[in-house]
Parts: sequence; C-alpha cells; structure tokens
Amino acid sequence: MMLEMSGIQKSFGPVQVLKNMQLRILPGEIHALVGENGAGKSTLMKILGGVIPKDAGEIYIDGKPVEINKVRDAEKIGIAIIHQELSIIPDMTIAENIFLGNELKTSLGLVDEKRMNQQVEEVLSKLGLTINPKERCRNLGVGQLQLVEIAKALIHKAQLIVMDEPTSALTDHEIERLFGIIRSLKQEGVSFVYISHRLEELFSICDRLTVLRDGEYIGSANIGDLSFNQVISMMVGREIGDRFPKKTNHPGEVVLEVQHLSRAKAFKDISFTLRKGEILGIAGLMGAGRTELVRSLFGAEPADSGEIKLKGKAVSIQSPADAMKLGFGLVTEDRKLEGLFLDFKLDFNIMAANFEHLSKHGVLQNRRITPYVQNLIQSLRVKTPSMYETAKNLSGGNQQKVVVAKWLGRNPEILILDEPTRGVDVGAKREIYEIMNELASKGVSIIMVSSELPEIVGMSDRVLVLRLGHQAGILESEISQESIMALAAGV
Amino acid sequence: MKKIEIKIPQQYGSLIGLLLLGALLSILSPSFLSLSNLMNVLNQVSLNGLVAIGMTFVILSGGIDLSVGSVLAFSGAVLAALLKTGLPDMLAIVLALALGTLMGLVNGAFISRFNLQPFIVSMAFMTMYRGATFVFTQGRPITGLGDTGVFVASGRGDVLGIPWSGIVLLAAFFITAFVLDKTVFGKGIYAIGGNAEAARLSGLPVKRLRASVYAISGFFAALASVILTSRLDSAQPLAGQGYELDAIAAVVLGGTSLAGGRGFMVGTIIGAFIIGVLNNGLNLLEVSSFYQQIVKGAVILLAVLLDRRK
Repeated sequence: MMLEMSGIQKSFGPVQVLKNMQLRILPGEIHALVGENGAGKSTLMKILGGVIPKDAGEIYIDGKPVEINKVRDAEKIGIAIIHQELSIIPDMTIAENIFLGNELKTSLGLVDEKRMNQQVEEVLSKLGLTINPKERCRNLGVGQLQLVEIAKALIHKAQLIVMDEPTSALTDHEIERLFGIIRSLKQEGVSFVYISHRLEELFSICDRLTVLRDGEYIGSANIGDLSFNQVISMMVGREIGDRFPKKTNHPGEVVLEVQHLSRAKAFKDISFTLRKGEILGIAGLMGAGRTELVRSLFGAEPADSGEIKLKGKAVSIQSPADAMKLGFGLVTEDRKLEGLFLDFKLDFNIMAANFEHLSKHGVLQNRRITPYVQNLIQSLRVKTPSMYETAKNLSGGNQQKVVVAKWLGRNPEILILDEPTRGVDVGAKREIYEIMNELASKGVSIIMVSSELPEIVGMSDRVLVLRLGHQAGILESEISQESIMALAAGV
Repeated sequence: MKKIEIKIPQQYGSLIGLLLLGALLSILSPSFLSLSNLMNVLNQVSLNGLVAIGMTFVILSGGIDLSVGSVLAFSGAVLAALLKTGLPDMLAIVLALALGTLMGLVNGAFISRFNLQPFIVSMAFMTMYRGATFVFTQGRPITGLGDTGVFVASGRGDVLGIPWSGIVLLAAFFITAFVLDKTVFGKGIYAIGGNAEAARLSGLPVKRLRASVYAISGFFAALASVILTSRLDSAQPLAGQGYELDAIAAVVLGGTSLAGGRGFMVGTIIGAFIIGVLNNGLNLLEVSSFYQQIVKGAVILLAVLLDRRK
C-alpha cells in the first residue's frame, strides 16, 4: 500500500501544531518519522489513525483520495496504530483483546471463542510466539504485549503499521526479535512507520526517514544517505555539537560504600563505592536489577541484608525519608507515575520533597517558596510560561528538569538518576547531561541508571554492570559499549 | 460562527449555582429571604456541613468514608449517657469528640496499614459502629439530658440571632481551609490524592497522612453529633443514617474530584449550602418530601454533568 498525506494542517486552539505537513510511505518500506517532542509526530499519526480530525489537507491511498474520520475508517483501509501506551485490557485474554469490538460470532450470534482462539494462535505462531491465546494479558511481559498488538494488526489485515516508541521498554533480546518480525512482514509487503528517539535503532532498521520540526515538514531521505549528525541537525535545526558535553568533574574521596547488599527476588550481593563528584553509571539488560538496586539505596523498597556506609559510618535506610535525611535524592525511572504530580502546578511539584524547609511550625511560608521555586526553574532552564503551569502541559524534557529541580532544592550529596533521558528529545538530553556534569563538578555524587549504552559510555566515570540481579563487574577504564555488553550479556 | 467559551474556575461554578438557586427561591417564596429563615438554613446546614468538611479531607486524599453516620450515632449515644451520669457537659463533649476521632482513626488505620479499599473498610465500620450503637442504647433513645450549659447552647442557642451551630460551622470552615491550603499537612493530603507513589518517594509520611484523614472525618462526625444530640435533647440509635451520602454530595457539588487530589474546602461549604437551601426552599414551597428526594438527586446529577466539561 502506498500512502500519501499532503497539506495537512491542524490547530489546537490558537496553536498551530501541523503546518502544511506531508508524508509519503512506499509499499513494503520501514519509514522513520523523527523530530523532537512537540514536532508533531504524534498529532500526524493520530490524524492518520482517525483519532482526531484534520483541519485541512488530503490523504491518498494508492493514489486515490480517502476520508479518515474515525478509528474504524483507518482500520478498514488497513492502517493500524500501536501507541506508546499499549491499549491492552489486562484482565482479558489475548484473543479477547485482539478481537475487542470485532468479536467473531457463531450462527446463533454468540461470541465464537473457539474460532477467535484458533485464528490468534495461527498469527502468534507466525510471529514466533508460543503462548496460549487464552492467557490473560496481565501475565505477559511488555515485549510480548507489543507482539500481541502486532498480531492484532495482522488479524485486521493491516497493510501499514505505525509503531510509536515500540522499544522503549524492551530488552535487547526482545528488540532483536521485534526487528526480525518487522523485517519479515516487510518482505510480505507490509509498510511501517517507525517513531523512536533512539537514533541508533532507526539506522539499523529503517529504509527512509522523514524529519519534522515545530509542526513543519523538513525533508525526507534514504536513511543510508545521511549521517547521525545530519539527522540530528535536521531535527533541531542547528548543530548541537557533540552529543555529550565535555566532562569537568574530578572525583574525590569515597562518600558511599555499599557492601554485599541484597534484596530477595531483586538483586544479590552487590558491592561498590561512590566518590565525591563522581558519575557512576549502572548498566545492564532489562531485568538485571538496576532499578531495584537504586530504589533500595533510596529506601523505597529497603534491602534485606548488606551494609551501606556513608562517609565511613554505617547507616540504615528503611524509607525514602531516611535516605533523604542522609542526603540522597532519586529521580525515578517513570516520571509520570512516580516522579510528578501531573495534575498539580510546577511550584507544588518542585517543593514536594522539601516542605519542611519551606515551612515554619507546619505552615508554609510563601515568602520563601516563590524565590525558591523561581531560582530552581531558572537555574535548570525549565521552559514554562510560569511556575503555576500544570506539570502535564510540559514537554518530557522539561518535566524531567522539574523532577531534578525537586531534588536539587534539597542540595543532595548523592543524586540517583534512573533513566534520566527516557522519552526526552535530543536538545533537552544534552541540557540534562550538562546539568549532571555541573552538579558533579560541584561535588555532588551521581548514580545514573541507563539502558542507553552511548549515554553510559559518554557520561560515566566508572560503570557498575549488573546481570540477572548479580554484579557482573565494575569498569574503571576502557569503558566502551562492547565491554559493557560483554559483561551485561555474560559473554 | 464563533464559539463563545465561558471559563469559570471550579470554586465559582458552584457559587453561581447557589446564588441562582437563592434568587429563584426568593422570587417563588417571599419568606425565603427573611432573616429568621436564613438563620434557620444556617442551623440546618451545620450538621451536613461539618460532616462534609471531614469528608473533604478524606476525598481529597483519594479515599471515601462511609462510616461517618454511624460514628455520629455512637458518639452521640455515649455523649448522652455521659451527661446522664452527671458529668460536666464540657468534659462529656470533649470525651465524645475524642471517641469519634478514635473511631475514625481505627477505620483509617485499617485502610492505610493493610492497604485496603476505603469503600469496603469504611462500609464494614459503618455496619459495626451502627451495631455497637444499638447494643449500647439497647435500641432505645437516650432522653432527658438537661437544659443548661455549653451542651444545650451548641444545638439550640444563638448569639445575636446567629445560631451557635452556624458559628461552629464557619469557624471549622476557616480553620480547615487554612490547614488545607497553607500547611505542610494539607499539601501532603493533596499529594497523596494526586499521586501516592510520587508522594512516598518525595519522603512524605503517606501511611500516617492516610490514617489521619479518617481521624479528622471521625472528629467532625462527632462534632456534628454534639449539635444533633443537643438539638433533639436526646440520642437516637438511628441518628445520622444516610449522612455519609449527603456529605459526599456536598463535597462533589463543591467541585472536589472523587478521584482525589483536586478540590477546595470553600466548594464543600457551598455544596452543603446548596443542599440546605434546596431542602429549605422545597419545604417553604410545600413540596412533598417524596418529591424532594427526586429533586435533590436531579440537582446532584446536573452538577456532575456541568462539572464534566473540565
């Protein structure tokens, strides 16, 4: 199927989010759609999927104009959209989810579970997935759910599948399998639109790409004709220089010593040290126990055994409040679920971890709060109309800065950042790296968990690598993607 | 055609509703705006208003408290029994308030300690506390409580024509609005209603906050019981039945989200007055109590519909 969108316009209130947008997808190609957050990728895909109406423009399928006014229209044409937040109902079975709203009926008009399960089983085995269609989706991993969504698209005979950040929660192994499936479907003539912030991935799987910036079409090209830096400069409209800023920190004496730390079913016997002003990377595959380890350090789920020494003194961390008193801060992996109060204003979000310093006898002191919040917003360069903006209206990068600001206000000695740049666009990523470097040179010790190897390599002074909950090793020098992967995969 | 969009902050939406209702009633019934009737309304609203103030804390935290009516009945019965023993009325009142707070705290402790559904737990306590009231009173009213002192004034007395119960309500409103808006404790309640996990990871004492809102709710139910017991000059084993629903209605009419984290105390007070004025107006217009229920339900439905656009 060949898709052409041209002259697409869309405004939300006074804000024009798509200006004269165009997109051409050839039959059987994997097409990358790239741009910073807010560039208009999601809006364009929502229009294609019939989720929201366009203000102007045309959509052609194989040269013929089509009208897509609702989701069902897009489905009939053969367009399937797999959103970043998967639309799966956890307590229904795989087959029930796939046929939701399109249930097969028996001659009596009852739901024909047998035929549904049969069809789903066929498609799943084609995708190399050997799970029972009657399995409840609650029991599946994110990678498997992604494949369930693809199975759903195939059952509805989709010819064009849009995938929005499909790999953000997948392990490397699962990504490999997903790519294998995408490539084989492509052989059968299925086209893909592939949206991802991970440029490495685009280069490994996509044929062509289209770049958007600020709601405008910037250009399309064969991906093989472009370099990494060319794509980035098309996205941000300027050269941003190196991806990682120059490091300026000088690690000093040891501040944190972790010895034989263990927590049941999470991690076992982890020992490492952290120096003043050091950035310690924690790498590993999905399920290696990285997030679990840092959450235990912060007291979110306390460790069962082992010792934590702070400046030579043994300490007990049983709750986040304990950790905070000792000078820890934690920027969590999932900022929307665990870091932010999305429906609350920025000032609340920024002072949430520091009420005691902003109050007197339990009463909040507005005189202290306003300059406190303003300072943090300015020093982290949070782009917001005001400190009273609702957190959910900010872009991913700015939301992340707000979470960092919440901790910086406490002047932490040890700041733990779990996936600090997940879902953050290229420009804001660089700013977050700069903030980390600045903090480290001021003597803040940083622990950074990341799934992006270039980030680990580019930012860390040393790297702790975990594998299946165990300590695979600590890299002090010759930190490279290869040396980390070798430890993480246990080769 | 240009679309005209009128944006009203949620606190004012319910205020406009209240004013419209008042205007309508003053046209339909000349006696509505009389001073004595308005003071009567204030007196009537005070019970539901106080219970709703406590309920606002609970709902903002993301919970619900169905036990308030039973807490009210039990603490009222104990108050009456204490008064009958000849205990000084101030002491009896303080003990009744402490008892109500404790009953709420027990309810909240189960919810927060074992991470249980507030709806089910508070329903269980609603049933148990009501049963305890029947056991304690042997199913009969406790009457003949005396005719002087603070106790009597709380439900029947006035200052310059303003009923004491109304003064208590307004004082409670100002104090709680301040607590919610200006104190660390209040912000903590919004925080756990908005995102309990983020609150926990920001170092807030989530479990303690969660238990405390039910203690507050119990306290205000007991405070209402003092006024009711005084007004009736007796404690009734069936007192307070259905109060939890009126209180929830007042909170919701005031624009507070049942999902927690969003709302204001001023909305709750306005919501309580909407219900009170409506009851009063329908009585003045001699609408049968059967129809009154239909009207009240319809008003709540309408308010929720209007609230939906946000």
